[in-house]
Amino acid sequence: MNGSLQQDVNQETFTINLGPQHPATHGVLRVKLVMDGEYIVEAEPVLGYIHRMHEKMGENRTWAKFLPNCGRMDYLSAMSYNHGYVAAVERAAGIEVPERAEYLRVITVELNRISSHLLWFGAYVLDLGGFTPLLYAFDDREQILDLLESVTGSRLTYCYFRFGGVYNDIDDSFITGTREFIKRLRKRMPMYDALVTKNIILIKRLKDIGPISKDMARRYGATGPVARGSGINFDVRKHEPYSVYPEFDFDIPVYEEGDSMARYMVRMDEIEQSMRIIEQALDKLPEGEIKPQKAVKMVKPPAGDYYHAVEAARGSFGVRIVSDGTNTAYRMKLRSPTYSNLSLFGEATKGMLLPDALALMGSLDLVIPEIDR
Amino acid sequence: MLLAKIKEALCGLYEDIQAEVKEIPEVATEEVVADATDAATDEVKPEASDAAPSKETRTEENAAEQKETEPEEAVEPVEVPGPKETDYKAKGYHLDVELSPEKIPEAAEILNREGFFIESIAGVDWIEEKQLEAVYDFNHFDELCRVVVRTRTARDNPEIPTISHIYQGANWHERETHDFFGIKFTGHPNLEPLLLPEDADFHPLLKDFKA
Repeated sequence: MNGSLQQDVNQETFTINLGPQHPATHGVLRVKLVMDGEYIVEAEPVLGYIHRMHEKMGENRTWAKFLPNCGRMDYLSAMSYNHGYVAAVERAAGIEVPERAEYLRVITVELNRISSHLLWFGAYVLDLGGFTPLLYAFDDREQILDLLESVTGSRLTYCYFRFGGVYNDIDDSFITGTREFIKRLRKRMPMYDALVTKNIILIKRLKDIGPISKDMARRYGATGPVARGSGINFDVRKHEPYSVYPEFDFDIPVYEEGDSMARYMVRMDEIEQSMRIIEQALDKLPEGEIKPQKAVKMVKPPAGDYYHAVEAARGSFGVRIVSDGTNTAYRMKLRSPTYSNLSLFGEATKGMLLPDALALMGSLDLVIPEIDR
Repeated sequence: MLLAKIKEALCGLYEDIQAEVKEIPEVATEEVVADATDAATDEVKPEASDAAPSKETRTEENAAEQKETEPEEAVEPVEVPGPKETDYKAKGYHLDVELSPEKIPEAAEILNREGFFIESIAGVDWIEEKQLEAVYDFNHFDELCRVVVRTRTARDNPEIPTISHIYQGANWHERETHDFFGIKFTGHPNLEPLLLPEDADFHPLLKDFKA
């Protein structure tokens, strides 16, 4: 326990539970807080309320049968998880992917990233007490869900990618719909900027609140917008290029401040960058197959271990697979970004006011099923 | 660039094994005794990276000597233990470092000094070999360089020293690996179940686990 806060004999601490059911945790996360008045002495997240053991499931079903599991970890950016898993298996089994399929993957992943950031944006402002932006954000997000539903068949828990390709080709209505959506969102972003980002209440709640230093982010292995909000220029799409990302021109927003505002700004800027990628991908979209010529029937990667990481909406999602050469994984490790991002919460919130800690927690963009897996 | 640097730094961790490898066939000659003491003084130096290259060349020299004196032993190809570069495109990582459990904190310190961050720790149950493996994934923010550090421990009494005091992020990864495999990370401040229920006394990712 923090000695300096306890030294005063007139002070005494008490323990409270934040969660497991609390609107600010967006799921079943419990944080044990030792409080000194309004100040946090110690915060300890308690995980595992919706732990489903996806890694064990990976060991008792064939490679292909695990595909639907990917959409059920991070349900807000399920597409990235699809991508991480199929890319890892493709690397292990040496499966080639047609170029058009890679383009479709990038388009859908980036659309999914925008929808994830929009939901985070609405929910975060809701955490801070502003209700209206949530409704605007959901209005925009709804367009993406409709678009993705027309291609993938599902609105949230996508299972769109297959080994060596994707399940379904896009049609003209998807392309025009996506272009229209981007036009629409471009018009809406200045409104979000004026309504929320420049709002003095939001700035006062976020500026200089919950600083995370570069070194802290590194020691805890934080990635994604959390790292980029702390001045770390790290994005798997650029750092370790995969799929067809090297063919697109886009920037990685990085903010040096390390406070909640910086993490907020990173995500808001990323929406624009994702739109740029989608536009370029639609312009350059090649004709051709979306699945390998010879259907991939039974995947049996040679024995050995393989790793593949992708940039999900919340950071670096990595899949480490250990194969024994059979049609089932010997071991499947799923490295989820928020697990590492949340692990710094205890250190980052020491001595912080409780409402500020909630502002910090929201800026981490937690998705509990992905932490618990 | 970074890969070569970290490989050289990690080479230092293999000094004693490398020394052992050549000591065994050459105990008879007097030169080797002097050599071994040299190696010992090298190890005392805190800068492992300085010691590593000189050590390597010495290994080569010794191997050459060995060929002259005992040709029948030298024919047998002795694999020099050390960090192995892997085919990144096929594997997804650059450097594969297999160590004994007690060397893990030292390796973590070297990686920490070079600015690496920890991505994850994955356990693997090698039930047929009666061993549990822990695989540490490290990555670097500035330059693409993935380092995999792995170690194996006995399945009936799995113990690995903690690195949570070096990488605070490893705290949860170690707790998770303890949850799933029962690997005891010695020195860990709080090895309580994290993802499993607080009273869990089972380790579900062990291959002989029955629900």
